[in-house]
Amino acid sequence: MKLAWTELRRRPGKFGVAVLTLTVLAALLLFIAGLLDGLFLGSTGAIRSQRADVFVFSDSSRESFLRSTITPETRAVIAGVDGVQAVGGMSVTLLGAVVPGETDLADVAVIGYELQPNGIPLPPKPGQAYADERLKGFGVGLGDSLLVGPAKTPITVIGFVKDSNFQLQGGLWVQPATSRQVQNQNRPDSPVADGDFQVMLVQSKPGQDAGQLADRIDAATEATSSLTKAEAENSLPGTKEQRSTFNAILATTYLVVVVIVALFFALLTLERTPLYGMLKAIGASSRQLFAGVVLQAIIIATVAFAIGGGLVAVFSAVAPPKLPLQVQPSRMVTSYLILAVCSMIGSLLSLRRVSRIDPAQAIG
Amino acid sequence: MTNALELHDITKTYGEGDNMITALASATLAVASDEMIALIGPSGSGKTTLLSIAGGLLSPSSGQVIVGGKDISHASPSELTEVRRSTVGFVFQSVNLVPFLTARENLLLVDELRGSRGKQSRDRADRLLDELGLAKRLNNLPSQLSGGERQRVAIGRALMNEPALVLFDEPTSALDTHLGEQVMELIQSEVKGRGTAAIIITHDRRMTHWCDRTVTILDGHLQTDELATAG
Ligand SMILES: Nc1ncnc2c1ncn2[C@@H]1O[C@H](COP(=O)(O)OP(=O)(O)OP(=O)(O)O)[C@@H](O)[C@H]1O
Ligand SMILES: [Mg+2]
Repeated sequence: MKLAWTELRRRPGKFGVAVLTLTVLAALLLFIAGLLDGLFLGSTGAIRSQRADVFVFSDSSRESFLRSTITPETRAVIAGVDGVQAVGGMSVTLLGAVVPGETDLADVAVIGYELQPNGIPLPPKPGQAYADERLKGFGVGLGDSLLVGPAKTPITVIGFVKDSNFQLQGGLWVQPATSRQVQNQNRPDSPVADGDFQVMLVQSKPGQDAGQLADRIDAATEATSSLTKAEAENSLPGTKEQRSTFNAILATTYLVVVVIVALFFALLTLERTPLYGMLKAIGASSRQLFAGVVLQAIIIATVAFAIGGGLVAVFSAVAPPKLPLQVQPSRMVTSYLILAVCSMIGSLLSLRRVSRIDPAQAIG
Repeated sequence: MTNALELHDITKTYGEGDNMITALASATLAVASDEMIALIGPSGSGKTTLLSIAGGLLSPSSGQVIVGGKDISHASPSELTEVRRSTVGFVFQSVNLVPFLTARENLLLVDELRGSRGKQSRDRADRLLDELGLAKRLNNLPSQLSGGERQRVAIGRALMNEPALVLFDEPTSALDTHLGEQVMELIQSEVKGRGTAAIIITHDRRMTHWCDRTVTILDGHLQTDELATAG
């Protein structure tokens, strides 16, 4: 082990190629994972922040907010279902907004709500909104009056909230009447009636199973399709496809790490064969030599991750706000662990070669 | 006192069938605990094979090998590793030193492989290197040493584990006659000073006078002149 460590310190150049390659791969892994997380978090903030167990859509909506309508009559039926504690409506309108002093439109999601979400106050006065911090990247400031949509409906920002976006559009949290006004002025082709919401959020009584409650609600209304909160997060268009695509890319990249490390150590072992033969002849066991190989593989991965991770962290700090890149600390930790394990697996493929080296060749 | 090495009726064959080569044929040899033996013979006569078996690098096809009083004829690879670690010292002809370790570290490595280190090891390494005239070269890498110096470091390394038996495969073949004599003299004083047994393979008959006796090998057959001493 000490021998392997000394070699790394004294002959760093020998490991340069491996460190460089893994640095690029580590940066790529974190960048892709950061995009995946950024896309998911940026899409689902408005859903994740809700204190609701079940999301009720109209059954013809195919679980899309924008296609769904829940009428006051349906709402009353939902509220009467056994196990329901409280209900509150939610509606979303996706639009562009003019920011005072800016030329580019900001992408906003005007969200009308009743129940208080996590981290967001109760609905403000008519014409006012709590804005997501992401909109600061578009030049939005406290007290700004945004002109929303083609009808330029004015909405004044009275505070900022975190992680509350919908489909990567900056959340503007308003009271239901303001939300209906925005919808009816800017989307005259799909107007909403007073009392209508797109989706009904349901808080269950303690000890209820959310899936069973959803089934009971749908049975009672005969006109809804209810999802648990976790299902609702994944119901947004493209979320599942996005995740599986990104995960496939990540898995492939990890596989490349294994292959690169395996090749690197296979070549290194070949080059070291005479040295290993000599070391075995003077009493080194295969296990000692092999522990050194694994140690080197893990150190290489660690150094590469430190550099690659640093690069991505710096980049995400200076990247434009429109790039949905979010490097989560937990993602950093898991990415490092998987990288280290992949590097270790790569090095393990030299195990047989190392253990087969015959000490007798040292003398031959 | 027990002999440092006893070989009883050792046969070693390589390959099978028509390609079978008998490298050693019923070789019997005993080396007393403080005896220094020169092993000479033409190329391909089986010298290295004999040394490898004596040092637990190879297992014989048949016969009995006893090193430092321990029968290793049927030892497992890990038992052989332990024998090489604790009982035998080697000086090879070619790859000898770890290129990225200093002279001193090359010696200390022997103790580290045994899981021991500390002041005692460092003192022993320094004393050995001093005796070998390398006191000023402790912290040089092998690439910064001359061929003769490298071979002296290798001798120090072979003695680090206080072996019962030190095996040299042509330790002087890469050196000129003058340097070769110097190295042989060092080997003799180190080995004799410690009361350790040694076998030294050499091509060069002029080197044999440093040893207690000479054993000749021809086509795998040992030809000892003084079988009496072999007990
Ligand atoms: N691994 C091996 N496989 C097959 N044959 C071998 C092997 N090692 C040695 N031999 C053969 O065994 C015989 C003895 O070889 P050995 O290396 O012991 O001779 P040597 O006396 O050391 O020769 P040299 O002076 O050239 O080093 C030779 O014929 C050699 O070709
Ligand atoms: Mg030989």
